[in-house]
Amino acid sequence: MPPENVIKAAQIDGPPRPAADAPTSIEARGLEKAFRIPIHRVDSLKERMVRPFSSRDYRELQALDGISFEIRQGEFFGIVGRNGSGKSTLLKLLASIYRADAGTIRMAGRLAPFIELGVGFNVELTARENVVLNGVMMGLTQQETRDRLDAVLEFAELTEFADLKLKNYSSGMLVRLAFSVMLQADADILLIDEVLAVGDAAFQQKCGDAFREMKAAGKTIVLVTHSMTIVEDYCHRAMLIDSGRIQHIGDPVEIGRQYLRMNFDKGSEITEGSAGNDEVRLLDAWIEDVDGGRAANVEHGSEIKMRVELEVKRDARGLDVGFIVVNGDGLGVFEFGTAVKNSDGSQSVQAGQRVRVEIELENPLAPGRYFVHCGVNRIHGGGVALYVENALSFVVYGGPAARGIVLLPHEIEATVEEETA
Amino acid sequence: MRVQPEVGPLREVRGPSALGGGWRRFADLLWLMSATEFKRVYFGTVLGYLWSLVRPLMLFGVLLFVFTKIFRIGSGVPNYPIMLLFGIVLFSFFQEATQNAVTSVVAQEGIVRKTQFPRLVIPLAVVLTAFFNLCLNLIVVFGFVLAWGIDPTWTWLLFPLALAALFILTTAVSMILSVLYVRFRDVLIIWTVVAQVLFYGTPILYPIEIVPEQYWKILFLNPLAPLFEQIRVWVIDPSAPTAASVVGGAAGLLPAISIFIGICVLAVWIFNRDAPRIAEDL
Repeated sequence: MPPENVIKAAQIDGPPRPAADAPTSIEARGLEKAFRIPIHRVDSLKERMVRPFSSRDYRELQALDGISFEIRQGEFFGIVGRNGSGKSTLLKLLASIYRADAGTIRMAGRLAPFIELGVGFNVELTARENVVLNGVMMGLTQQETRDRLDAVLEFAELTEFADLKLKNYSSGMLVRLAFSVMLQADADILLIDEVLAVGDAAFQQKCGDAFREMKAAGKTIVLVTHSMTIVEDYCHRAMLIDSGRIQHIGDPVEIGRQYLRMNFDKGSEITEGSAGNDEVRLLDAWIEDVDGGRAANVEHGSEIKMRVELEVKRDARGLDVGFIVVNGDGLGVFEFGTAVKNSDGSQSVQAGQRVRVEIELENPLAPGRYFVHCGVNRIHGGGVALYVENALSFVVYGGPAARGIVLLPHEIEATVEEETA
Repeated sequence: MRVQPEVGPLREVRGPSALGGGWRRFADLLWLMSATEFKRVYFGTVLGYLWSLVRPLMLFGVLLFVFTKIFRIGSGVPNYPIMLLFGIVLFSFFQEATQNAVTSVVAQEGIVRKTQFPRLVIPLAVVLTAFFNLCLNLIVVFGFVLAWGIDPTWTWLLFPLALAALFILTTAVSMILSVLYVRFRDVLIIWTVVAQVLFYGTPILYPIEIVPEQYWKILFLNPLAPLFEQIRVWVIDPSAPTAASVVGGAAGLLPAISIFIGICVLAVWIFNRDAPRIAEDL
C-alpha cells in the first residue's frame, strides 16, 4: 500500500499533470550506446608506435541497450538507476553531447543544451559577459540576450555586481546567476543531471520554486537523479533503468519501490559474491502492519514491527544479527542487534536452518523515508557473514511538524515564577 | 486548462558535430568567444595590448642585432629589417594560434562534456583571437614600413590575399592539432619542436637568395615559405625573387600548394570524424 497521505500532499503541492493527449516532446527509439574502454590506454604516440595494435585491446561496455520511450509536452520526467546503469549516458545522448550508436531521438521545441548549472561560465569574465555568452550558448541571438540582460541580473538580484568578475563571486551568487541564466533561455525542454542534490538548503529551495514555475509554464523537464524523494515529489512519471535497459516506466511511487527492491536484490548479491562466502542469505524483510499484512509506511508515534527472515547456508558456532536505521540523507539514526539463539538458548546454527528476526520499535522518527541496513557477524573468529544495504525501507508520516531527525517523547513545562514573599 | 506553448513538430536530433546547432549560433559563439578572450587578455594585464606588441618587437630587436651586426647576413639585403619584422609578426600569429589551439579543446572540457556545443568553435576562436592581435600588430608594422621609406605600391592590395591563405593554413593546422591532442598528449611537445623547425625553414631570418640553390625546392615544400616570399615581393621589395621564380616557374609551386590543400582536407576530415566522439575521449 502506498503512503496515501504523503502522495496526496505532493500532488497538491505540484501542478496538474499534462493532458493525456499532450503532444510528444521527446521520442527515443531503440537507443544504443557502447563505450570502448581500453585495457591499456594508449595516450602517447610513442606507445602507439611501439605497440601499433595495442589500441585494439579494449573491452566494450554496453551503456545503453535498446532504450525506447516517449515524453509528452509539459511532463516532468525522472530517470533513475544505480551508478553505472546508463542514466547519465542517456541524458548526454538527449543533449547531443554523445552520439548514439543506433536508434533515433526526435524532439519538438528548443532544448536547453545544459545538463548542469553554471557550465560554460568563465570566471575571468564579468557577470554581464557571462550572461551574454551563456545566452548565446543556449541558442538565443546576441540581440535577444542583450535585451534580457537586465531582467536576468535583476532576477538573480545581482544588478549591482554586474561588472564584477565571476571569480570574485560567492558560491551563492554564482548559483543565483546560473539559475537565472537557465531560466532566461526560455527553452521548451530542459535536461538536468542531479542539480537538486547539490547545494545548500536555500539553493534547493530556490531550485524547487524554479522547477515548480517551469512545470506550471508547461516546460518539458527530464531529470536524472538518485533521490527517490525528488522523483516522488516532482515527477509526473519516471523511468527506472538498469544495465542499459528499461526496467519500468510509470508512476514515480512504483518506480521508487522497484528501485529500492533492486538495490536490495543487488545488495545481497554483491555482498555475498564479493566476499566469496555464502554463509547467510537474506530471504525477506518487511514492515508488518496491525493486521499482520505488509506496510510501506508507518505513522509517527505508532509502534514499528520489522520482520526479517534469514537462511543459514553454512554451519556456524554463533551469529550476531544487527541493523542500522538510516534516514533519507544517509545519516545513521540508531542501531540495534542481538545474537541468534536456538530455543534451548544455544548459539550454534546448521546449514539450512532459518532464522526469523522480530523487531518491535518505538517510533519517534521525524516524517520522511528511512532505510534499514542489515548485517550478520560471526561471533567466533569474527568477520562479516552478510551485509545488505537497504534491506528494507519505510516512510514515516504524521506527527507534529518539527525540525530534527527524531521527535523524542518529552515533558516540558514553562511557568511564570511566582514571587515568594 | 493550461495553455501549452507552441513548439512545432518533432525533429531528429543527430548528436554532436563540428558545427552543431546551426550557422547563426556557430557564428555568434565564435565571435563572442574570441572577442571576450581578446578583451580578457588585453584588458586583464597592466600594459594590455602593448604586451602583444612588445614580444615580437623584442625578438625583432635581438635578431636584427645578431644578423646585421654579428653574422651580417642582412647587411647587403635591401630593407632587411622590415623583412625581418614583417616575417616575425606574421609567424608569431601562426605560432601563437597553433600553440594555443593544441590544448584548447581539452581545456574547455566542461563545455565539451556538459553542453551541446559546436566543437569547431573552440580551436577557431583561438585562431581568431590571435588574428585580432595580428591585425593590430600589422597597423604598427605598416607604420614602420612607411617610416622606413618604402612607397606603397598597387601590389599591397594583394597582401590580404596572402593573409587569407595564412589564416586558412593556421586554422587547418589548429583543427588537426586540437583534435589529435585529445587522444595523444605528446602532440603539444612535438608541435613546439615542429613550429621551431618551421620558423627556421621559412625565409624570415634570411632572404632566400643566400640559401644554396639546391635546397630551394626542399625549403619550398613548406607552404609557409612561398607564402612569406611572395608577401616580401608584394609588400617590401618588388625586386626580390618571386615565389614562382625560386622554384623555376609556377609549376614548381605545385608541391607546396598540394601540401597546403592536403592539410586543409585532412583538417576537415579528421575534425568531422572525431568531433562526435570528443566528449567520450576526454
